[in-house]
Amino acid sequence: MSLPAFFWPPEASAHAREVDLLIGSFGAMVWLLTLPVFILMAAFAIRYRRGREVNREHSGDGNVWLEASWSIIPFLLTIGFFVWATSLFLEIRRVPEGATPIHVVAKQWMWKYEHPEGAREINDLHVPVDTPVVLVMSSEDVIHSLYVPALRIKQDVLPGRYTHLSFVAERAGTYPLRCAEFCGTDHSVMGGRLVVMRREDYARWLASARDGGRETMAQRGAALFRSAGCAACHASRRADLAPPLAGIYGRTVRLADGSSATVDEQYLRDAIVDPNRQIAAGYRPIMPTYAHALAARDIDALVAWLREGGQP
Amino acid sequence: MTVRTQAGSQAADTEQADEVIEARSYLRDGHSLRSWLLTTDHKRIALLYLIAITGFFVVGAIAAALIRLDLLTPAPDLLSNEGYNRAFSIHGIVMVWFFLIPSIPSTLGNFLIPLMIGARDLAFPRLNLLSWYIYIVSGVIVLFVVIGGGVDTGWTFYTPLSSMYANGMVVATVAAVFVSGFSTILTGLNFIVTIHTLRAPGMTWGRLPLFVWSHYAVSIIFVLATPVLALTLILLAAERLFGIGVFDPALGGDPLLFQHLFWFYSHPAVYIMVLPAMGVISELVTAAARKRIFGYWFVALASLAIAVIGFMVWGHHMFVSGQSIYASAVFSFLSIAVAVPSAIKVYNWTATLYKADISIDAPLLFAMDFIGLFVAGGLTGLMLAMLAIDVHVHDTYFVVAHFHYIMVGGTVTAFFGALHFWWPKITGRMYNETLGRIAAVVILVGFNLTFFPQFLLGYEGMPRRYHVYPPEFQALNVISSTGAALLAVGYLMPAVYLLWSLRRGPRAGPNPWGATGLEWTTSSPPPTHNFTEQPVVEHGPYEYPLAHPASRGDA
Amino acid sequence: MPDATSPELSPLHEPFHTRARQREADRLGMLVFLASEAMLFGGLFAAALMLRLLDPAAYAAASGRLSLWLGTLNTAVLLTSSALAALAVTAARHGRPRAAVAMLAGTMALGALFLAIKGYEWSSEAREGLLPVLAPAHFTSRFEQLFMNLYLLATGLHALHVTGGLVLLATAAFKRRTHEDTEAVLIGNAALYWHLVDVIWIFLYPTLYLARVNA
Repeated sequence: MSLPAFFWPPEASAHAREVDLLIGSFGAMVWLLTLPVFILMAAFAIRYRRGREVNREHSGDGNVWLEASWSIIPFLLTIGFFVWATSLFLEIRRVPEGATPIHVVAKQWMWKYEHPEGAREINDLHVPVDTPVVLVMSSEDVIHSLYVPALRIKQDVLPGRYTHLSFVAERAGTYPLRCAEFCGTDHSVMGGRLVVMRREDYARWLASARDGGRETMAQRGAALFRSAGCAACHASRRADLAPPLAGIYGRTVRLADGSSATVDEQYLRDAIVDPNRQIAAGYRPIMPTYAHALAARDIDALVAWLREGGQP
Repeated sequence: MTVRTQAGSQAADTEQADEVIEARSYLRDGHSLRSWLLTTDHKRIALLYLIAITGFFVVGAIAAALIRLDLLTPAPDLLSNEGYNRAFSIHGIVMVWFFLIPSIPSTLGNFLIPLMIGARDLAFPRLNLLSWYIYIVSGVIVLFVVIGGGVDTGWTFYTPLSSMYANGMVVATVAAVFVSGFSTILTGLNFIVTIHTLRAPGMTWGRLPLFVWSHYAVSIIFVLATPVLALTLILLAAERLFGIGVFDPALGGDPLLFQHLFWFYSHPAVYIMVLPAMGVISELVTAAARKRIFGYWFVALASLAIAVIGFMVWGHHMFVSGQSIYASAVFSFLSIAVAVPSAIKVYNWTATLYKADISIDAPLLFAMDFIGLFVAGGLTGLMLAMLAIDVHVHDTYFVVAHFHYIMVGGTVTAFFGALHFWWPKITGRMYNETLGRIAAVVILVGFNLTFFPQFLLGYEGMPRRYHVYPPEFQALNVISSTGAALLAVGYLMPAVYLLWSLRRGPRAGPNPWGATGLEWTTSSPPPTHNFTEQPVVEHGPYEYPLAHPASRGDA
Repeated sequence: MPDATSPELSPLHEPFHTRARQREADRLGMLVFLASEAMLFGGLFAAALMLRLLDPAAYAAASGRLSLWLGTLNTAVLLTSSALAALAVTAARHGRPRAAVAMLAGTMALGALFLAIKGYEWSSEAREGLLPVLAPAHFTSRFEQLFMNLYLLATGLHALHVTGGLVLLATAAFKRRTHEDTEAVLIGNAALYWHLVDVIWIFLYPTLYLARVNA
């Protein structure tokens, strides 16, 4: 379905096409329900204007069946669209299996990206076509929002917390990428482009962006694990200092207060930045915080390393 | 409705002198500044509010003019980025809290509620004056902020931008809004108590005009939602001044907490802005149609339903904020539910026109403008309630268009319609009807030219609060700015001919429209104590045809 | 037109025609005002709840730094003062103005005692380095700092309302005409306000002091 570019951005994914279909058909239904109102209002005003000789008998001032039907029927029709829209929403919020995780750090007023293979970019983001991608995003300062109109998706980016935005871009091309949450002076120039490339082109770009030899995120994370001092406890011979981290990603851990938590990116980030919030059962709250010692991309690297198994 | 009064207007005995004094128009009852600034007459207080909110409308409109002028070109050539951010922030803050929220309730609600229920004044007249003074104090603070450079946070003050990073006078602005909240709480309190305790004999709840019902519903929101805003602003100021940490993740706080607290008030706030407008429309439509409203109880209770359900939908402003997807689904569903009572009203107004006796004057044209624009705004609101659609258009011009359709196309239009309809009652003069009709049409055209392109801009991906924009969006922006100029003309016209009518307009009789309603049984303008005799009500509202309609040139 | 039977009582003010209506309006006005006050603190409780859900263990630990015994003492003081306020209204309605004023004085004394205990509590917390105002603070964790800030704000806002309540009670106690008002309008409304201030504390107390019992 291709519509004039005057009204719609390009549809760069199946999801984009479905959103256009959704709003188009909902818009059509809305017209069906409101056109009668406009027409009747005008018609009545003309037909029954004062001074005109016309039958005004039995005008009626209430009819419960009419009220009920014109409340319930549009409501039920709209609920149909609600179900459709909600299922679409849940679909895009589910992170696909095996999606390529690209870390995004937003700050006033630029976007910084880091591919798992180690390539880094600013403002422009290169991704392969027809490949599930998940953006793992955090902010260094205020709330931003990453918006790609061609994909019909956006997600707020928060300080202190990871948010995710996943997609499968199906059309190669270059699309605008914009900040959509007001973030201060240069909000309107904080953006770039999403460059969707054919697989071969992307591989070539990745190789050149890595400058031949730049370490992957996981490798950098492994190096940080040693250089930042984490190994001193987490890879120590003494088993009681700190829990071992190999293979921990995705597992459920029991916490000291009896509850359990899933080890996901947020859990790992919190553990690094605010370790005494959730103590693993059987361990003491002795881990210092690394909030001021590690930059956002360092934390991202450690998370990436643990996500890929956490093997030294 | 039929009103039985206890004495005729002819009095030939010693009581005549008292009646004459009693019957002097409220406008003539004291000419000194003191008699106005220390008045407890709800009608004079209404005029004091009218003057003040008009002033704030001008301030907000100037900010809007700067915005639309700058957006004629994609480049930042009129204002700096910082300047533009301050312009739209001040535009939103002034328009929402200092114009829209008090607009209909504090002017027309104040003026009309006692008249419509047959009372001599509100329940707490001195509290009413205090409300005005509190509003003026808050207005002075906000003017001080405007002169001092303003803020660049947007009217929504999201943290941590506003609490930790913004430049500008955040605390002063927050203080101004905080103070203004007390004015609205006290007004709401006054209205609720008045409607409960001061209805004339025979004025049962089922005989209340719908204008009163909608103000009752609004007052509930005033009283219950505004305190939450007060607390939110206290927390924001404490965060900004003392870094208490409640919105700061580094200290264990949560920036999303601000959004929840803010929108818990601010969503009901938009119903504060639209419910009184709907009450106005019910009156304009029935008077123009000279017919009872279709489905009185449905319309009356719909106002209450909107007020109640309106408290449960705030999360629809936060679908992409990081809020739980299940919470989002619930908020989406409830947001659809809240549209139902509004739809009922629109259908009922239309049905009221069926087999009616319609006079197409300016008030009816304004009412029809309202219905058309409100429907467009409301249905785009439903689109925004659909999760997958909102993910695309949230924080774009689609949202900007939606809320301007409701607040400007809706509330401001209804405000103008009300001003025209009750102008003869308030001032004792009639305005020029031809000019009124023209203004209603100019406003409709100018409004649509301004804001319809913004739906398109939003869907195309132009985010809101953008000073610099991609050049492909320029054409639609130019159309929008041109429309704004036309809209400004449409708003200036009534300012001119309404004021002109004060001197040169023909004097109005008690009931120039031939409408029902107790306000039309007393003189135009009313005497200070509203009625020369206590009205007694014997029939329902909108009891047409009137036994003795007094209308102008009923041709 | 005042009642013929009670010429000197609370004067009828515009726009009321009967004293009964005016009383009804005064009472309803106070109830509506109390509803708005309840919503004000409601927002505060929502914030506290969110913080507690974010980090229950830290919240409980921070709550443990407060003086449970001072908080409990204050609760008892305020509850007793509310009881006295209720007795004052009853006395006034039974035409015993002197007893009513005495009860009100008792209410106010206990209210002042509440404020004094609160002030003492704040000053000792400041000395311990728990209050971030005036004295330098030494918190054991960042969350504790946040909790203490919230505690200070909440109890400060409440103390402000206690003070307002005292002013209202004093007005009711010392206004001449209330001594003669067997309908106890002013005393009744002042007492109602005082009861709300008490109820808010009854929610604040467990929110702030009793969270420690968890974990």
